[in-house]
Amino acid sequence: MAVKVYGAAYASCARRVLACLIEKGVDFEIIPVDLLSGEQKKPEFLKLQPFGMVPVIQDGDFTLYESRAIIRCYAQKYADQGTDLLGKTLEERATVEQWLEVEGQNFNPHIYTLVLQLLYFPKMGVPQDEKLIRESEEKLGKVLDVYEERLSKSKYLGGDFFSLADLTHLPFTQYLVNDIGKEYLIKHREHVKRWWEDISNRPSWKKVLQL
Amino acid sequence: MAAPIKVFGPAMSTATARVLACLLESQLQFDLVPVDMSKGQHKKPEFLGIQPFGQVPAFQDEHISLFESRAICRYIVDKYTEKGKRGLLGMETLERASIEQWLEAESQSFNPPSSALVFQLAFAPRMKLKQDPNLIAQNEAKLSKVLDVYEQRLGDSRFLAGDEFTLADLSHLPNAQYLINATDRAALFTSRKNVNRWWEEISGRTSWKKVVEMQQTPLPSSSST
Repeated sequence: MAVKVYGAAYASCARRVLACLIEKGVDFEIIPVDLLSGEQKKPEFLKLQPFGMVPVIQDGDFTLYESRAIIRCYAQKYADQGTDLLGKTLEERATVEQWLEVEGQNFNPHIYTLVLQLLYFPKMGVPQDEKLIRESEEKLGKVLDVYEERLSKSKYLGGDFFSLADLTHLPFTQYLVNDIGKEYLIKHREHVKRWWEDISNRPSWKKVLQL
Repeated sequence: MAAPIKVFGPAMSTATARVLACLLESQLQFDLVPVDMSKGQHKKPEFLGIQPFGQVPAFQDEHISLFESRAICRYIVDKYTEKGKRGLLGMETLERASIEQWLEAESQSFNPPSSALVFQLAFAPRMKLKQDPNLIAQNEAKLSKVLDVYEQRLGDSRFLAGDEFTLADLSHLPNAQYLINATDRAALFTSRKNVNRWWEEISGRTSWKKVVEMQQTPLPSSSST
């Protein structure tokens, strides 16, 4: 039975989940949630996800939310099929978890702000905050300097294998590089650029973009 | 013989306290190596060698060096939970997934507004920094909405992920401790019946009381050896 993914195929956090399910060869069905009309804040949806956010998955009678929890669940549940996204040893997994946390704590806040300000606010007619954009860009640059150093010594963030630590970066970096004119942040850093080209050319990611 | 486990950071740092709580819950021996942030020690080359973002804590075990408190906690639980015993991440995949869901809720929904409030209300005054009333108001509103969800959940469940205390509950201890005990915003928690009941229970655990004691213990002066 296919895993139901409630969300929108274009939404970043849903894409994080979809990329993982495709890498693991798990069948899924996207159940669209109309974000523009605020469906995610209505009582019916809040029963599934009480914070009123997407995505949520339903697998039989098991419900789960938070995209990074969902990807950890499926990477572990299907450890023996598809791409190994967690590593083979405890230490490998710990390093993957470390960089997954780095994405959630250090990378995401700044890139999320940039995408919101530069991609979504114009569409919503909300005025942009120039100071916040400049600050977020600077902070993201400093984070990427650390990535540059890491990726000069390691093929992928978690080690020499593609893992959840890399996958989790795909959705927002896609917007950064293609939709908001800030691709220099990636392309001016030799090792980050090499890493981005590798992970964004994976067949799973290309498939997600076509959904 | 020195303990193989080392934690680098001040006990008063919320992220460092998260790791200390996990180690104490797991009844592990460790050395806490102080990092003097007031002197910028966390931005010096020696420290950047173990934590390249210049943040606390950093962690070392026999064969591994790690950072990010929630990743360190996961490692501790995975490595040191006795086989066949229910540890802080549960016993099997789906149970763990529910715990991870609430750990991510803490990380993505609870932590940002609560951290901002802890800094503005508990630390900024001590550091003689100007508070930002707009930021305080915005984050208080955000945190209230999150705690409303928690109130509902904790009306149906003893702990966040179910009947057992897990890493998901533990992860909330450091920020909540400051908000409730070092600011005038305790009512965010205490006025919500179920949240308050949960807080009393998780903060009453022996391991957390020990962390609080460590936070209140002054460091030895640099003149002693």
